[in-house]
Amino acid sequence: MSIGARRLVVGAHYGLRDWLVQRASAAVLLVYLIALAVCVVSARPIDYQAWAAIFVPLAMKIATLIAFVALAYHAWIGMRDIWMDYIRSTAIRLVLQLGTIIWLAACLVWAVQILWKV
Amino acid sequence: MPERRVIRNISIGDLIHYRLPVPGVLSILHRISGALMFVLLPLCLWLFDLSVSSELSYQQLREVAGGWFVRIVLAALAWALVHHLLAGIRFLSLDLDLGVHLPAARRSAWIVIALSLPLAIWFALMIFGVL
Repeated sequence: MSIGARRLVVGAHYGLRDWLVQRASAAVLLVYLIALAVCVVSARPIDYQAWAAIFVPLAMKIATLIAFVALAYHAWIGMRDIWMDYIRSTAIRLVLQLGTIIWLAACLVWAVQILWKV
Repeated sequence: MPERRVIRNISIGDLIHYRLPVPGVLSILHRISGALMFVLLPLCLWLFDLSVSSELSYQQLREVAGGWFVRIVLAALAWALVHHLLAGIRFLSLDLDLGVHLPAARRSAWIVIALSLPLAIWFALMIFGVL
């Protein structure tokens, strides 16, 4: 892919995809947060029963899980960018990136467990 | 305006003299707030777990969230979320070619700060039980 007369962009082309996924996941999170806010406001006054009831329907579990997957992917790209910008040593950067993936994957599994317990 | 020092290849010592423009401040805060939320993600999950698991754990959450240290962390998280969200909307609109010229970009950066700081303070006051 070449841009303009001089710049030749080469590589695996996952940069553009990741850039796009980060924007798309941001949009998903924005929509989810608005929907959640609407649920919370319409369930007022909030006590344990009212709060937990929001997450009982399967549709809400699915929506929350999709939002969490979007969050994990979004956070992965963001953290990867931070490591790529500031950590010069390839070895340390790879360890941190691997740690980031494990951290997010663990959180994702935990989120599933919490959601399906409600 | 005072004369600007020309700085190339910034080293740590130059950071004091380097006047980062507002959109730049917003950008680095976007990073910092994102990293903060990434690091505190397990805390959020734990609190969410407590909030939905049972009547008892819900009470437990109220006790946990009553501690001053947890309140400070929660207030920081509230700021991070509000800032990241509003600055994120700004970045999305920039990607759509809206407000990319310098005056508009500066103005929208100020708007984000003008909205996020009072909102964060409002959340912090609620977290500390003032409101």
